[in-house]
Amino acid sequence: MSKKTTVKAGRKSAAKKPAKAAAKTAVKTSKKASAKADNFGGLSEDLLLRIHDLMVKSRVLEERLIKIYKAGEAYFWIGGPGEEAFGVPLGLLARKGQGPAYDWFHLHYRCTPTMVALGMNMVDSIRLIMNRATDPSTGGRNFANHYCFPQWNVAPVTSPIEVQYPLACGTAHVQKRFGKKALSIVTGGDAGTAEGDFASALILASRKGQELPVLITVQNNKFGISTPFEGQHGETHIADRAKAFNIRARVINGNDPVETYLALQEEMEYIRKTGNPSFIEAHVSRLYGHSSADGANKKAHLVDPVFTFENRLIDAGILSEKAAKKIWEIYEAEGVAAQEQARTEPVPTPESVWENVYVDSENADWRKF
Amino acid sequence: MASVAQAIRMALHYGETNLGVKDIFGQDVGAPLGGVFTATQGLKTAWNSPLDERGIIGMAMGIAMGGDKCVAEIQFADYIFNTIDLLKIAGNTLWCTNGQVQLPMVVMTPVGAGIFGSVYHSHSFDAWASRLPGWKIVMPSNPLDAYGLMLAAIKDPNPVLYLKSKALMRHKGDELIPGEPADEKELKAMIDKPVQNAEGWKPRWPDLEEYIVPIGKGKITHAGEHITVVTYSRMVHLCDEVALKLAGEGISVEVIDLRSIYPYDWQMIKSSIEKTGRVLFVNEDTEVTNFGEHLAYRATQELFYQLMARPRVLAGKNLPGIGLHPNLEKNSVPQLNDIETAIREVVAEVP
Repeated sequence: MSKKTTVKAGRKSAAKKPAKAAAKTAVKTSKKASAKADNFGGLSEDLLLRIHDLMVKSRVLEERLIKIYKAGEAYFWIGGPGEEAFGVPLGLLARKGQGPAYDWFHLHYRCTPTMVALGMNMVDSIRLIMNRATDPSTGGRNFANHYCFPQWNVAPVTSPIEVQYPLACGTAHVQKRFGKKALSIVTGGDAGTAEGDFASALILASRKGQELPVLITVQNNKFGISTPFEGQHGETHIADRAKAFNIRARVINGNDPVETYLALQEEMEYIRKTGNPSFIEAHVSRLYGHSSADGANKKAHLVDPVFTFENRLIDAGILSEKAAKKIWEIYEAEGVAAQEQARTEPVPTPESVWENVYVDSENADWRKF
Repeated sequence: MASVAQAIRMALHYGETNLGVKDIFGQDVGAPLGGVFTATQGLKTAWNSPLDERGIIGMAMGIAMGGDKCVAEIQFADYIFNTIDLLKIAGNTLWCTNGQVQLPMVVMTPVGAGIFGSVYHSHSFDAWASRLPGWKIVMPSNPLDAYGLMLAAIKDPNPVLYLKSKALMRHKGDELIPGEPADEKELKAMIDKPVQNAEGWKPRWPDLEEYIVPIGKGKITHAGEHITVVTYSRMVHLCDEVALKLAGEGISVEVIDLRSIYPYDWQMIKSSIEKTGRVLFVNEDTEVTNFGEHLAYRATQELFYQLMARPRVLAGKNLPGIGLHPNLEKNSVPQLNDIETAIREVVAEVP
């Protein structure tokens, strides 16, 4: 594991630099702005810049993960570049913490933007894809983007798609009983809605008198691995299926972080207020394909939500091109440093296979009964 | 004496009253039915789920992940098969998260033949369950164990599969559950919902006490010297009956009720085989591939030079299902004469 990365940077400073640093630079620049034709739904400049900063960070991280895979330093990549405009607002709007008083996340493997918005360090995602023993999510046991952060109520991501949906109803059930108006958030892809677990969640969340505080979302990128939406769906909108269960539902442009932020904010407030479920179908771009299995190469013809938003901010005078460039550079350096750091860290030992089969590592090996 | 169904009901009551169980749920688990075998009648936290096995298991995983303790039921094990990958995920969650996320949940489901339940109400699940690492699996054979294993399952920090024999639901043991009234009519009047005029009925629960059967600990139900018979659940009673019969002929059979499929009580099996030199594994799951085969393999590997005869597995025939007619069912899963014949053959074998 000694392959060179393309950008050199100080390991120590980049790996530990908080996301806010770049945004701070940009905010300062924005004070010089004058023309703001776009009102951005009334969101503050600070928030807009924060969203942009995190979107860039997430994109740089995902592209770093792809580079790590393509350099042969990881076995597999799967992720969500193209979903930053949806995932970042989702992470920012949630009530972050551990336990039933806080929101739960039942994410799928395209949710790096949400994790970045919650505060995940780049190095922790890189440790995961590089199977390090220091990987906080799985200890080197699972694929890229299979995050697990109990301290933020982030449930373990699973490889089987859509199983997370009824689990979200379970945590929502606990939250409702706890009575602190926390909610459970579940994300998934459009193709996965063919699985029965999706229907299970719609039913469990909407039973009359037993409605659950769960935000059910689908990130519709129009593809299931290689099969287009039209080859898998008869319904016009996936959200229409939620309406059949009397679940409030809407379709949004998930490539627009402002529209997404406002829609998520409204639906999350509705859920907290009523205890009822809500459904959002977000249309997003799948910029690098499904996974390393189909090449993970950029699809240039698709809308790029990060650059689209960045250009909007620049056009509005909220962000300068120079400040934007700086943000990309800072995160690129952080990614490189994180990769270099992860390279130096230990990998799981062979004998560790027996750890955590059961609580307190008891009874794992039948030969020792 | 309580039946197995009553014992489970009392254990669940103890669980929701003393051990923090907040949800007991599944198809028809709540009022008005209280379970197709009445094992959840009158429980304050019991509720009816949609008719959706995957939804039930997913919901249970979410509840456990959220920090609450639940007992979920799949109405018959015959219908648990479409939840296999969820069971797999529940079993691997602790491992995949490197110890971060525990799923302390109990899933109970009735298993096995013996009620003439035909193709889809006679499945066994023990061999399938044994291939779900991360789960503990228990199979009680009598009311006291049913009570003690349920309390152990509820207290366990791991997911536990509680496989209850359909044929044993009305079975009554010969030992009282701590706190159970000695008069079974009195118990019935206290906790069984009346068949008629049940509106407004509420159970009067006996003053139950904590009683734990440790998961992984077997029990010798019939001591013997000539052969070890390792079994569990419904087959314990058949094996005990054969052991009693053969004792009259001077054939001394030691019967072990394993009680737990995983972890299992190897030390008890090993000690017994070292004493008798012969072993027969009996259960009603299909013979290819059977949990008894694992035990026979281990016996061969570790005790080969102490064995006086080949270890043998007597199990259900490898058929697609169990036919409804008694001739079909009885020729599909081990019967008294099959067990007796197998024991005689192993005992007669000479090195």
